[in-house]
Amino acid sequence: MADVTNAVAGHSAEITNQVHWFWGKLSWDIFPFYDPLILGTFIVTILLGVSVVGFVTYKRLWGYLWTEWFTSVDHKKIGIMYMILATVMLIRGFSDAILMRIHQALASAGILEFLPAYHYDQVFTAHGVIMIFFVAMPFITGFMNYIMPLQIGARDVAFPFLNNFSFWLTFSGVVLIMLSLFVGEFAATGWLAFPPLSGLEFSPGVGVDYYLWSLNIAGIGTTLSGINLIVTIVKMRAPGMTWMKMPIFTWSTLVTNVLIVASFPVLTATLALLTADRYLGTHFFTNDSGGNAMMYINLIWIWGHPEVYILILPVFGIFSEIVPTFTRKRLFGYTSMVYALCVITILSYLVWLHHFFTMGAGADVNSFFGITTMIISIPTGAKLFNWLFTMYKGRIHFELPMMWVIAFMITFTIGGMTGVLLAVPPADYVLHNSLFLVAHFHNVIIGGVIFGIFAGINYWWPKAFGFYLDTFWGKVSFYGWVGGFWVAFMPLYILGLMGVTRRLSQFEDTSYAPLFAIAAVGVFMIALGVVAFVVQIAVSIKNREALACGNDPWEGRTLEWSTTSPPPYYNFALTPRVYALDAWQHMKENGAKAPTSGFVPIHMPKPTASGLVISGFMTVMGFAMIWHIWWLAALGFVASVAWGIAHTFNYDRDYHVPVDEVTAIETGRPVAVLAE
Amino acid sequence: MANPTHPAEPVDGFDFYVAEDEHHEPGTMLGFWMYLMSDSLIFGILFAVYAVLGANYAAGPAPSDLFEIEKILLATAFLLLSSITYGFAVITMQEGKQKAMMLWLIVTGVFGLGFLAMEVMEFMHLAHLGAVPGVSAFLSSFWFLVGTHGLHVASGLVWLVVLLIQVQKHGLTPANKRRILCLSLFWHFLDLIWIGVFSFVYLTGVLL
Repeated sequence: MADVTNAVAGHSAEITNQVHWFWGKLSWDIFPFYDPLILGTFIVTILLGVSVVGFVTYKRLWGYLWTEWFTSVDHKKIGIMYMILATVMLIRGFSDAILMRIHQALASAGILEFLPAYHYDQVFTAHGVIMIFFVAMPFITGFMNYIMPLQIGARDVAFPFLNNFSFWLTFSGVVLIMLSLFVGEFAATGWLAFPPLSGLEFSPGVGVDYYLWSLNIAGIGTTLSGINLIVTIVKMRAPGMTWMKMPIFTWSTLVTNVLIVASFPVLTATLALLTADRYLGTHFFTNDSGGNAMMYINLIWIWGHPEVYILILPVFGIFSEIVPTFTRKRLFGYTSMVYALCVITILSYLVWLHHFFTMGAGADVNSFFGITTMIISIPTGAKLFNWLFTMYKGRIHFELPMMWVIAFMITFTIGGMTGVLLAVPPADYVLHNSLFLVAHFHNVIIGGVIFGIFAGINYWWPKAFGFYLDTFWGKVSFYGWVGGFWVAFMPLYILGLMGVTRRLSQFEDTSYAPLFAIAAVGVFMIALGVVAFVVQIAVSIKNREALACGNDPWEGRTLEWSTTSPPPYYNFALTPRVYALDAWQHMKENGAKAPTSGFVPIHMPKPTASGLVISGFMTVMGFAMIWHIWWLAALGFVASVAWGIAHTFNYDRDYHVPVDEVTAIETGRPVAVLAE
Repeated sequence: MANPTHPAEPVDGFDFYVAEDEHHEPGTMLGFWMYLMSDSLIFGILFAVYAVLGANYAAGPAPSDLFEIEKILLATAFLLLSSITYGFAVITMQEGKQKAMMLWLIVTGVFGLGFLAMEVMEFMHLAHLGAVPGVSAFLSSFWFLVGTHGLHVASGLVWLVVLLIQVQKHGLTPANKRRILCLSLFWHFLDLIWIGVFSFVYLTGVLL
């Protein structure tokens, strides 16, 4: 194995030495097909890609996709595109997880080390980066995009073009990170690419460059999307919806996007500085000439810790919608929920140093950050108790979304407790960088974010498509994920306590093998959950006639259920007026009638291809920068700026939907069915 | 319209749908403020980096060896004046005087260009002395902070030219007015950042 590793490392060094004026670092040697694993994946990917393209072409769907989806500025369609993107990337990221678990199970038993160390390093880096940036983020952005405007009674977001553009920037990041699998290599540095390891001296290949350009392009999209959603909530709420009448998911969207706007620029700046170190020879994070690598670790975690809450807060919002709906009660402690969200938002900026207690900042600094970290568990605990009190004496309906909520409550609480344990600096000195930590953050991210995403998908799918998701396969997916999680990660806690560090691909001692074997069994249970999820969607689409549901299948309480399922592209024929928290519940109780006449022309934004085109140019620019093809990078940059300027010369961006069309849509299909 | 917070509202008195198409005031200015906040965070990071690394000369030159404070003061004057002239442009815009407004915008652009030209000259001078970013962490953070500000001014100038063409083409429409106000915010924001750069980098560099 060692000679393979050296060969690979030598290979990557060889690539970097030749820079052709036209081809940059590109050459025939950059394709890592000497590795049968990558070659196999490549062949499967090509076959899949060809069959998808062939299917779309055969069905003549390109025009439809272009006009109805790719260039659409409809927040609902953009939301769904985010969800599809995230699902595809979930499968990619999960494949990496399976590889790691199999590898560690075999390697710890001394049977086989089938991944060379250098390849293993790329796998865990890609796994982390993909799961956070291109699975969890698009999932939650998809939810916020789809649900929030419906909940506040708006027709779209504040800046519809920007929304489309943000999506394509995220897509651009995905394209670059997926390319790295087959063209060149990916970073072998861990998901946050700490220097000096990620500097030019120790990572001379293109892997870190893929990382930097992919994340920076996608990160700009996230910032823009954050600004967009904040302005939407501040400016576009239905009349009467005061701050404290906003649905709790909308509140969580608001604070999440405040976190995004207040933290992603830090990521952008930090990655730009590392990029400068690698491209311009600056000394921000180098070992020599006065650079300071520890500054990078501070900066990246000043973004990184709020990012954790960017992922979990929207999910808290999802649970806060599901629990009242399925217990047929209003949410317990709405006000305290809002305050808890705001307090978590602020505290999330005061804890970043707990990611590196071992840096040696001193007892006083470590104590401060240890205490602030523990304090965060108070508002979080308040939220859990609020959900429990909502359920108390409620009429609980154990539908799929509610099952996920229960699984979340149990799993997340355990994960939170191990988190408080890690927040104690002396304990952290023992557990830092061990598998205990890996188990902890998977416990909160799978048990919190992923469970919440599945809860949300099962809850809002009928809203988006007008039919339920299949219950049987939903339950298979549920038990696969929940059971698999416990089997896969509890052994890692124990291994961590035994002293096994994270990111290990080779083992001297075979006594860890049984626990790694159990963890591998767990990952296959989760695999069942992932497959069952895809099957659930396929089966549900096939049986959509039988699974068809009304407009308000769960007896929801918030405004998104007041329009038809699926909603018309303008969301609401007439804007609802809000009088109470849980506006739709209030409307139902007071016998509101869906309007059938008296429609007025509706002001709507026009679709545009600019977002896709500019992102396309930026992808080209990113690729060219990664491979040092300077002329192409300049061309891509100039083209994206030029197209952006040309876009501002188009003043004709909106239109009015005529009354006839609104009337036809509203009367030609079942209107919202009201209670009584 | 019924008072939404009135508890004694009769049940039948609820009017659940807005009869006319709901118009929201455009969120562009709020969104642009938000963008400026995010941009100021980027500058905040660059200032913080300069604070941490600004004394790491690595046996290279120090600020007092490099900065020519008189020239920087002149460049600063250019930029501050350009903010005032942009203010005049906005006043004339609100009076509906398109020609005068465009003239003030052009004056602003000329001052901005003057600032940028002096910055480029300073960078060329530094490069001539061998004080390039690769020499030390101090120079890396200095070039990056000042350079990022310079890039912002340059993109502001491109925007200014685009806006002049658009106003010439379409007149002072509400959309164009909004754009002029956004650029105004951007321009004053860059001024503010520069005051930080001038005091924190240049003044302390030559005084301390």
